[in-house]
Amino acid sequence: MIVLLGVLVVILGFATRRNPLLVVGVAGIVTGLLGKLSPREVLAAFGDGFASSRSVTIFVITLPVIGLLERNGLQEQARILIGRLGKLTTGRFLALYLGLRQLTAAVGLTSIGGPAQSVRPMVAPMAEGAAERRHGPLPERARERVRSYASSADTVGLFFGEDCFLAIGSILLITGFVNTTYHTHLEPLQLALWAIPTAVCAFLIHGARLLRLDRTLERDLATAASRADRAGDRTPEDVK
Amino acid sequence: MIKVEWFYWLVGAVFLAMAAQMAVDRSNPKRLGSAAFWGLLGGCFLYSTWVVRKQVPAEPLGVAVLAMVCLAGFGQTGRGTPRTTTAEQRTALAARLRGKLFIPALTIPLVAVVCASALKHWKVGGEPVLEPGSETVLGLGFGAIAGLAVAMFVVRERNAAVPLHAGRGLLESMGWALLLPQLLAVLGSIFQVAGVGTQVGKITEQLLPDGQKYVAVAVYCVGMALFTTIMGNAFAAFPVMTAAIGWPVLIQQMHGEPAVVLAVGMLAGFCGTLVTPMAANFNLVPAALLELKDQYGPIKAQIPTAGALLACNIVIISLFAF
Repeated sequence: MIVLLGVLVVILGFATRRNPLLVVGVAGIVTGLLGKLSPREVLAAFGDGFASSRSVTIFVITLPVIGLLERNGLQEQARILIGRLGKLTTGRFLALYLGLRQLTAAVGLTSIGGPAQSVRPMVAPMAEGAAERRHGPLPERARERVRSYASSADTVGLFFGEDCFLAIGSILLITGFVNTTYHTHLEPLQLALWAIPTAVCAFLIHGARLLRLDRTLERDLATAASRADRAGDRTPEDVK
Repeated sequence: MIKVEWFYWLVGAVFLAMAAQMAVDRSNPKRLGSAAFWGLLGGCFLYSTWVVRKQVPAEPLGVAVLAMVCLAGFGQTGRGTPRTTTAEQRTALAARLRGKLFIPALTIPLVAVVCASALKHWKVGGEPVLEPGSETVLGLGFGAIAGLAVAMFVVRERNAAVPLHAGRGLLESMGWALLLPQLLAVLGSIFQVAGVGTQVGKITEQLLPDGQKYVAVAVYCVGMALFTTIMGNAFAAFPVMTAAIGWPVLIQQMHGEPAVVLAVGMLAGFCGTLVTPMAANFNLVPAALLELKDQYGPIKAQIPTAGALLACNIVIISLFAF
């Protein structure tokens, strides 16, 4: 039973936001010693584990290619492509962005989107612009809602797209962990294929919710407008 | 036969070369710590070859891994100012190269998939060309080399140091987080050696009556999501929940298909990431960047999707794994 303290170290460490490498290192040492390994055996377990899990880290080999493309304008070109979607309604634009984000992440281009790279400079302003074209200036609540949904389209697209790429950290973590721990043999490609059904569900579910955003905005703005009309009849003192 | 260890040497060499670049990068306030961290990692990649073959002791490698943990854990690594192009130059380059910029990036997965499927059974003189069992990993290596060649052709770059510097910039911006997945795999194997899996397995067996396949699937998926919500990280939840239920109950007892159970189990964890403020970089940072008054705005937009997707994941495992 006492070896379960190692699990507790992981939970407490991550929940109190210590440096994750330290948390995992300490949890490994604690668990090993509690599991009656000698200090030498703990070191050997770290060494053996590292040697047989190297496949987790190999995606580094793609960084020079991505870095070279980025310094030649890859992100700028991605922005131009998104910019062509400018004429759509807020919901349709965000649903298309969701799909694009999933597809590009699924071929390993995870860094062309992101809150700093694309959502703030491109996606949120365009989603807001589309709403303003239809409804005029947005009240604060609607603006916050549009921006939150823009951020969610990016995050959902990334999470449920990247796992279809066979060299992403999470897929390689699964193969690294299982092949090291249980001495079996799983291929990254099998895992990546089995991420596709969930990716399709994510597109359908979140896409539908993004499309519904158009109607929600229409309703919210209509009630806000009628309230403003009624407020207009009264004297300013009443409105306070 | 092309061996997977050769590819690991290449990765190790890339780390060592980037560490050498870091050591002389005066714009990095912690250049020596950074160089030591990535240099050690490169060295470990090479030394591991002989550990796997059981020709050298594994203990020195363990010491090196803990040294990397300390270097990064106590903040001894940093990043320099990347040597790169200006925003104006990039806009001009994008206008000239346009869609061609995507070709090298698409080359990588294309070559990798071809190696993992078509070339898998390719034999010369009765011997397989790619080391059996490592076709995907080798495919990624060939894909990256082919992608680099195509990229250098497309952007007309002749100096091989330029992509290396550009890649180092990305490596420094990821920082030590890059080592975390591998360290979690190590933790999983220590859990196994110390008997954590069997302990949690015993507890789960008492809680879960035999044969309740779909209950076990639901417990695995909901557990992944819950653990991830607490820890803010599906990677950390995965070894724990898999050692507890995923492997011993779903795969060994109930003969579930490992690829389905584990791939979809990880995605169930991602549903937890969507709803937790612990995953600050995905949920709180965007709220700050977008200047939202309600810092939980993105999370609120994601909660219904996360719930529905968690249910989808439970159904997918139940339908396809058994």
